[in-house]
Amino acid sequence: MAKKLRCHVITMTATAGSGHPGGSLSAADIITTLYFKILHHDPKNPQWQDRDRFILSKGHAAPILYAALAESGYFPVAELATLRKLDSRLQGHTDRNLTPGVEMSAGSLGQGLSFSIGVALAANLDRRDYKTYVLLSDGECDEGQTWEAAMSAAQFKLDNLTAIVDCNRLQLSGWTQDIMNLEPFAQKWQAFGWHTVDIDGHDFDQILAAFQEAEKTKTKPTVIIAHTIKGKGVSFMENNVAFHGKAPTSEEAERALKELKRA
Amino acid sequence: MSMEASTRETYGKTLIELGKQNKDIVVLDADLSPSTMTHFFAREFPNRFFDCGLEEQNMIGIAAGLAASGKTVFASTFAVFASCRCFDQVRMCLSQTKLNVKIVATHGGISVGEDGSSHHAIEDLALYCALPGFTVVVPADAIEAAEAVKVAANTYGPFYIRLSRLKTPLIYPESYHFKVGKAVTMRQGRDATIIAMGIMVAKALEASDILARQEIDCRVINMPTLKPLDEQAIVKAASETHAIVVAEEHLAHGGLGSRVAQVVAREKPVPMGFINLGDSYAMSGKAKELLQRYGLTAKNIEDVVKSVVKRKFYQYLQGTRSGE
Repeated sequence: MAKKLRCHVITMTATAGSGHPGGSLSAADIITTLYFKILHHDPKNPQWQDRDRFILSKGHAAPILYAALAESGYFPVAELATLRKLDSRLQGHTDRNLTPGVEMSAGSLGQGLSFSIGVALAANLDRRDYKTYVLLSDGECDEGQTWEAAMSAAQFKLDNLTAIVDCNRLQLSGWTQDIMNLEPFAQKWQAFGWHTVDIDGHDFDQILAAFQEAEKTKTKPTVIIAHTIKGKGVSFMENNVAFHGKAPTSEEAERALKELKRA
Repeated sequence: MSMEASTRETYGKTLIELGKQNKDIVVLDADLSPSTMTHFFAREFPNRFFDCGLEEQNMIGIAAGLAASGKTVFASTFAVFASCRCFDQVRMCLSQTKLNVKIVATHGGISVGEDGSSHHAIEDLALYCALPGFTVVVPADAIEAAEAVKVAANTYGPFYIRLSRLKTPLIYPESYHFKVGKAVTMRQGRDATIIAMGIMVAKALEASDILARQEIDCRVINMPTLKPLDEQAIVKAASETHAIVVAEEHLAHGGLGSRVAQVVAREKPVPMGFINLGDSYAMSGKAKELLQRYGLTAKNIEDVVKSVVKRKFYQYLQGTRSGE
């Protein structure tokens, strides 16, 4: 399934002629695990009150989320071809009022964790058992609001909230360590009162185990620090900052799809 | 002296009433609850109150998440922080989503006083009026504040309500009902119309008393809702009184004056005058001294009305001469 979603990302962004393939591909295995193994959800009833919530804070990875939603049955797979087109339900960055299954409008980075805290607090207020998952990028941890939110999630003891950071080590203009160093990253989250789990974000067993560990962790939120490769799955996109916000050309897309299908 | 009451205290007490009626009301604050008066709610309903600390941006995101999960959220802090500190969060999480969050900001305008320009919210209305989907309200007294808060709680969508630090004169009877987007004609008049909001409404009424003694018959309109604006009341006032003066505790640009002028220019151009804070920040000082220094007084309203009425008269004469 992850391979299928990656292929969708390539086709969608190539068709649109713009978009963010790199950060979509790095998150593909995490998103696949969530949508097809972890989340209790009902694509026929996106507003089901007891559904687990998945919030995409790194809104530029919209293509991978749309691919997962389409393959789950929220809307027809054919609609993926409308990404970024005028009047499409699939906006360049996520819009909760347009796309079935999208929980939050994102695109201005650093806001998803705060939103997720609200969702997790509501679960506690309503005594509902749903879990809230939020995917951040490592680059968006530059935003101070992420750390405001980190502090308050621990303050509110939100053990029903799990954050995943897609640590692909690249942000728009270069390596995170050169632009704005985040290390020691796990220690930062620990210092803010979080339970941390370090994993290879492309190893399905490790991803699953991390979610299980998060579920068992009580009285504090869990952050899964997922070490990933930007552009994962396509050799010429891997670790290539050029594909942060640039779509593949049709020739590149063809090569990419060939590679993905061969793998 | 007329009776005075605090709009923020009324807000705090009204929240308790609303909290009893609706268990889905949740209140957030950013470490200012003793000042914004949300501490009344916090005491009564500790489980439905969340202090977000000095994290206004985070507070807006949390508010949006709660609202997306079915809650009616009130979020409070000082107006200066509620507008400038978290504008992008408000834009992304509330305006673009139209979620059911009510920002009730206290300490609006320069009447905050001694804390100085860092704490004077005088660009907040321009910012919030710029946001699609927002309803923007500035109550004129405590009775209108209570009404506006109740209406906001029962009207889906994002609201910005600006309250004051100061106690303000009561200008409404207890029986008053606030309606979103409806101006209230406080006094009829034929020579000019003063359109005001917030603390300036009481001053407009005072000015119209003084002007009446000078045979100038002023209409006074309270415009509690800046967005959506009651365009009909503005056009009617322009058509019937042919002169409009707008008084507000805000910078010159983007507030009530700009918004009224846009309607007047489009529908019924007439001479206009403006009482506001121009294009600069104010200083520290007692609220009353500041209002005096920066011209937010009945006396200044009186002077501006007279000059606008004079312009109206000259225009009329010119029109007569040129045979229009």
